Amino acid sequence: MGELRSVQDSGGISRRSFVITGSTLAGAMALGVMAPGAARADAPKLASRYWADDGVNPNEVNAWVVIGPDETVTLRCPMAEMGQGTGSGLPMLLAEELECDWSKVTVEFASVNRNLQAGTPYGNMLTVGSMGIRMNWEHVQQAGASARARLIQAAANRWNVPAADCKAHQGRVTHTPTSRSLTYGALARDAAQVTLAAEPQIKRPEQFTLAGTRQPRLDSAIKSNGAAKFGIDTRQPGQLYASIQSCPVFGGKLVSVDDAAIQGRRGIVKVVKLDDAVAVVADNYWRANQALKALKIVWDGGASANTDSTQFRADYRKALDGPMLTARNDGDAKSIIAGSKNVVEAVYETPLLAHATMEPCNATVHLRDGKLDVWMGSQSALANARMAAEVAGIDPSNVFFHQTYLGGGFGRRSFGDELRHAILVAKAGDIKAPLQLVWSREQDMHADRYRPQSAIRLKGALTPDGSLAALHIESACGSIQKSTGQMHGDSVDNTSVEGIGPSVPYNKVSNWYTGIQNKNTHVPVAYWRSVGGSQNCFYLESFIDELAHAAGKDPLAFRRSLTDRPDSLSVLNKLEEVSGWHTPLPPGRGRGISLVDNHGAIGGHVAEVSVDAKGAVKVDRVFAATDAYHVVNPNLVEAQIEGGVMFGMSAMLFGEITIRNGAAVESNFNQYRMVTLADAPEVQTYLANTGGVDQRGKPKWGGVGECSVAPIAAAIANAIFAASGKRVRTLPFKNVKWTELSQL
Amino acid sequence: MLALKVNGTVHNLDLEPDMPLLWALRNEVGLSGTKYGCGIGACGACTVLMDGAAVRSCQIPLSSAQGKEIVTIEGLPADGQSHPVQAAWIAEDVPQCGYCQSGQILAAVSLLKRKPKPSDEDINTISNICRCGTYVRIRRAIKRAAGIGI
Repeated sequence: MGELRSVQDSGGISRRSFVITGSTLAGAMALGVMAPGAARADAPKLASRYWADDGVNPNEVNAWVVIGPDETVTLRCPMAEMGQGTGSGLPMLLAEELECDWSKVTVEFASVNRNLQAGTPYGNMLTVGSMGIRMNWEHVQQAGASARARLIQAAANRWNVPAADCKAHQGRVTHTPTSRSLTYGALARDAAQVTLAAEPQIKRPEQFTLAGTRQPRLDSAIKSNGAAKFGIDTRQPGQLYASIQSCPVFGGKLVSVDDAAIQGRRGIVKVVKLDDAVAVVADNYWRANQALKALKIVWDGGASANTDSTQFRADYRKALDGPMLTARNDGDAKSIIAGSKNVVEAVYETPLLAHATMEPCNATVHLRDGKLDVWMGSQSALANARMAAEVAGIDPSNVFFHQTYLGGGFGRRSFGDELRHAILVAKAGDIKAPLQLVWSREQDMHADRYRPQSAIRLKGALTPDGSLAALHIESACGSIQKSTGQMHGDSVDNTSVEGIGPSVPYNKVSNWYTGIQNKNTHVPVAYWRSVGGSQNCFYLESFIDELAHAAGKDPLAFRRSLTDRPDSLSVLNKLEEVSGWHTPLPPGRGRGISLVDNHGAIGGHVAEVSVDAKGAVKVDRVFAATDAYHVVNPNLVEAQIEGGVMFGMSAMLFGEITIRNGAAVESNFNQYRMVTLADAPEVQTYLANTGGVDQRGKPKWGGVGECSVAPIAAAIANAIFAASGKRVRTLPFKNVKWTELSQL
Repeated sequence: MLALKVNGTVHNLDLEPDMPLLWALRNEVGLSGTKYGCGIGACGACTVLMDGAAVRSCQIPLSSAQGKEIVTIEGLPADGQSHPVQAAWIAEDVPQCGYCQSGQILAAVSLLKRKPKPSDEDINTISNICRCGTYVRIRRAIKRAAGIGI
């Protein structure tokens, strides 16, 4: 997830651009075809094939809503569905305004080609940064309200009555004075021709009847019977398969390939050489991948081939003594710390992390006659389609991007690296057939853009009565903006400091300095679910715990003393209420708390752990409270919170990519371990929503995809401390030498 | 020719005996519900039933799959109805991205066949990875399918 440069675009969709009617677009495009009489069960659902046809459907009320004569309602979603549930959530907001029968709804992904050609009526389609709801609610609601108003007007025209005397409910418009009514299906085509004098007002959350209620997710069935189509499931007639290996040393080049070992092998079509990678194209993926492994490849890793993690780790620690860019400087933290007799100081470190989406990155392309079809799951379909046009050397209007389901995203699937590979191989290999390029798990782990490595030094000054007088933070961290080419020169990278400078749940620390040094290596780094919060919330929330203990204060009460934000207090109060915080645990068990402000929501955890004498840790239970202000579907929010705990736990306990000879060492799940059922704690989730409006007077919506990843590492580390008196300051926990860890 | 029986249908396939079952299913038989996740038997996304037991199909050469009853996620529902485990999965809204869930469901089917009333420890023996972390609901769904209290 995380934020890309074009994030702001998604808020900038004009009120006019999304209410384009079907007829406006129909002149320029071929008519879409709707399967006649397609049987639909009486439950809302996501189609197993996610992407919409690129043409205009004749039954469109507007670009977002299609209503068939049989009363079926198809809603378009502009966000990728990668498990986060936005494919169920945004349509609920659309249906809320449309006043349709929710049980008859089918959802599909809005056409990328149409978005390219028609002035981006669906926005930038960027599915990152927990923004699905919070950046789209307004124009999605407006699209639904607009469609409803057109349906009402169409009915009023039919009856020759004022629209104000008509009401829409459950897929039917009724003329209140006479009780006459017409179904949406009978009105849809007329509605598409209606021009409204003014766009209707959208509802406020307190007026909602569907949104905000607990509803099933729409894709549980298709994801429980194998029907959901992921990018890797794409099958086109005559399709070929490619496996690729990039130079193991990031930035290195290909020197030579000896393919003698695969001569005459069955099914091999071609060996394709790129500047920095080799691919084998075959008629079956296994054959391609086996042949790739049999090639003798010579790489030139350049100077970076001499680097390793031991050196990097020392470099990051040393960098803490170097110059810092000021990210935050409230009050006078430096002189208060210098003059204080009670200063707590600690250095923490975290490593590179791979995304390791369950579905390895892949893209299927069909490049021929100046036209490109793409089938893949992307967090950034619109930008990827534009990039694809450039790489293929064709006009963007000739790119037809078919958005599939994503087998996990977590920030990895926004760059299109796998798509670039597929197009380059198709071009260099002159492959005219559809070509599916799949990164093997090894390639996926070795060619990732990782969560940055960092080291941090935190200092806190306590007053004689145990209050926090000042915080002083210096961090050396790989800059995502530099690594992804978004920063030229040297300035504060906001992704590096979120959670230690901006985006903290505390507003009562008046002396606060945060300095940052952008410290990059040749290893590419990027957004990883919860982004800066993934390391920074571990750092700050562990250190706040250290301060609380040094001050002799209860860690929850100490946190409460640092903030009067209603959202932060709501989460702290909920955790205190539900976790049995004041009830002592038996020896060998401990309870730890953490609190974060991450991607638009406040997340707080209380973790309960058991620690044995040898330092084996079992996370028994996690209480997770969240203030996301308003939410569309509590069921899906809770799923995100539960899953985020596990995602963050895997990183805390096991996650580490190490570099040797310039290349990633870990290549598969046997070396890059994940939490499984045996490790998974019980998770109890609680919504502590405070509602409210923002500075513009509009309803506040939180993002919930990441706010439960960020807190868990510190909650576990603080619980370990509570159980054992040992403070974990370097992750992952698997590397901790328990007996050498001092008892504090 | 290899004779491979998948979901009750015999497929006569001219394939290498060392090709893993996973790739025969996905690329040759046309059943894409069985997923590739790691290729080394570590993640369980490729789990299928072989003579009723959960196996990792990326580790099963076709030569070993011959003569066995293979059931994939597509073959699980009987008579158009959801299998009780699938029904429990849907009732608990287990899937997030969904990529690992075919394997998780088949691992659960296999477990429940051996242990109709599994303990938490029994459930913990399922080592399939879910990167979205749906474990809380997987556990609930298995208990629901087994008809035991949560």
